[in-house]
Amino acid sequence: MERKYHVCTGCALLCDDIELREVENKTIIDSACRKGAAWIKNCQHPLECTVDAKDTTTQDAIEKAAEILKNAKNPLIFGMGNSSLTAQEKAIELAKKTNACIDDTSSFCQGPFVEAILNDKIKSCTLDEVRDKADVIVYWGCDPSNSHPRHLSKYSYFPRGKMRQRGWEEDRTAIAIDVRKSDTAIICEDDFHQIPPKADAEFAHALTDALSGKVPKVTFGMKPKEILELANVLKKAEFGVIFAGLGLVYSIPDISPMEKLLEVLNKKTDFHLMPMVGQYNMRGFNHTLFDQTGYINRVSFEGDDIGHGPQYSVVEVLKGEKVDAALIIGSDPLSSLPGSIAANLKEIPTIVIDPCKTFTSQTANVTLPAAVTGVECKGEAIRMDGVKVTLKQMRKSDKMTDADIVEKIMEAI
Amino acid sequence: MANAMEIYQLLPKTNCKKCGKSSCMAFAAALLSREKNLDECTPMLEEKKYSENYTKLKGLVSPAEQASETGMIVHEDRCIGCGNCVVACPVNVAEDPKGAGSGNAPTNERVILKVEDGIVRLSNVEDCRRFGENKRLCSGCIVTCPTKAIEFV
Ligand code: SF4
Ligand code: SF4
Ligand code: SF4
Ligand code: SF4
Repeated sequence: MERKYHVCTGCALLCDDIELREVENKTIIDSACRKGAAWIKNCQHPLECTVDAKDTTTQDAIEKAAEILKNAKNPLIFGMGNSSLTAQEKAIELAKKTNACIDDTSSFCQGPFVEAILNDKIKSCTLDEVRDKADVIVYWGCDPSNSHPRHLSKYSYFPRGKMRQRGWEEDRTAIAIDVRKSDTAIICEDDFHQIPPKADAEFAHALTDALSGKVPKVTFGMKPKEILELANVLKKAEFGVIFAGLGLVYSIPDISPMEKLLEVLNKKTDFHLMPMVGQYNMRGFNHTLFDQTGYINRVSFEGDDIGHGPQYSVVEVLKGEKVDAALIIGSDPLSSLPGSIAANLKEIPTIVIDPCKTFTSQTANVTLPAAVTGVECKGEAIRMDGVKVTLKQMRKSDKMTDADIVEKIMEAI
Repeated sequence: MANAMEIYQLLPKTNCKKCGKSSCMAFAAALLSREKNLDECTPMLEEKKYSENYTKLKGLVSPAEQASETGMIVHEDRCIGCGNCVVACPVNVAEDPKGAGSGNAPTNERVILKVEDGIVRLSNVEDCRRFGENKRLCSGCIVTCPTKAIEFV
């Protein structure tokens, strides 16, 4: 029997082996993790179509959204991590048309790594290569067991792969570096190395030293022997990969310690780094914007001019009150940004496009419900490793896609 | 799960043999191995003075009663559906090397562990290495579980 697989958009792992079965009028979701199954079953509180908190028609809400954006001098367009590639392209087009700042969550999370990969400054690889070849896997500042539940089972540690036929016990070494013993660290057992908060850069330097034949030293009481032994394991890898999590990104001022570490590792062996992107198509947004502007985020359009830099990040433009309206697509800045900065968002007219209610949607002037891509409509996305994936539709829905909504807003402007 | 001593403490300790065992202690051990179930101790069921202990014992041994024939218990509330156990189980690997054994969705019905609606489900338990005449100690699904959702009793 030919099997029909769907793709889960519950996280950026985009698992492509999900099956749906009808049993007694109920749909059973096979092989998705609990997080994915919940995502596919859809949100508890679907977003309604509103203007100023009153229910209205889609047409009305779209016109109101267009009016807000038209009247704004400097709107902000933010989010798109949970949008299809087409929706992202349209959002960028809209940003050009409205002289907007456009940014996504990557500007305060995985952006630096994605940027370095797109500019060929860091060697990365695909998840399929990890499954087929990786023998040394480092989870650094991340806990995929919770954030990307099938990461270890589908790609990074447990599965048999082309060159790793004997299974995880014999063929692979999983290492965790973290400030706490996470669920993933528990699986790594003796290969868990605990470091204090904010010590990631220091630890990366120590590893670089150890790999360069120097005696590694750290100020936090880890013995040089432990660092030397770890360096030895890394050095002996045939194909190594570091999965970089938010714990790592947040603790280093810039990514140079990791660039250096990878540089020395690649003098001795074949080592890669992959950022643990959360939202299913955050990397897609970075790629799309990069293709059009050469930058992955924090871009400001003004006529034909493209501005870029930290001053255009969502945090800075809200902090400095530099934007006078906001279009938020598939993101919840009120819950993810620091309160004082998020508060400024409440001061300006805001439009939210999302399948579900969020904190941000509760104070928005216009809310437009969108279909969940990969569940209620089809589309395309870029997986956390940069591979393009086609998303099928799982069930019928009369909701509009976010791409169509943005298109309609553009037409109305 | 309780140990035999804890169970024994709550039994009538009369060694009346009505359960078919030579002593209450033997019955406690039989409860643990699921050879007997609690209601076979008829005095506990019938005599009022034991009713409080009966309730306590029910709570102690019921996880074992729910276990599959291999003694495997899945704590569904803890399972996050990560599939680690699915790909690590040697029987799954042997029966479905390209599917379950390679981290993907199972491609046939012979696997023991699979994930349905986000939670692990058991089937074909008679093929589990811990089952039957030639049983072997296997802990593939236990050591790979990040949340300790699988337990054998
Ligand atoms: S790991 Fe991510 S993509 Fe895979 S099933 Fe779970 S939520 Fe969906
Ligand atoms: S029937 Fe109950 S009281 Fe009698 S020996 Fe068995 S366990 Fe003990
Ligand atoms: S005990 Fe071994 S054979 Fe049985 S289900 Fe677990 S991993 Fe599979
Ligand atoms: S390893 Fe544990 S959490 Fe993961 S699917 Fe199996 S029982 Fe559930």
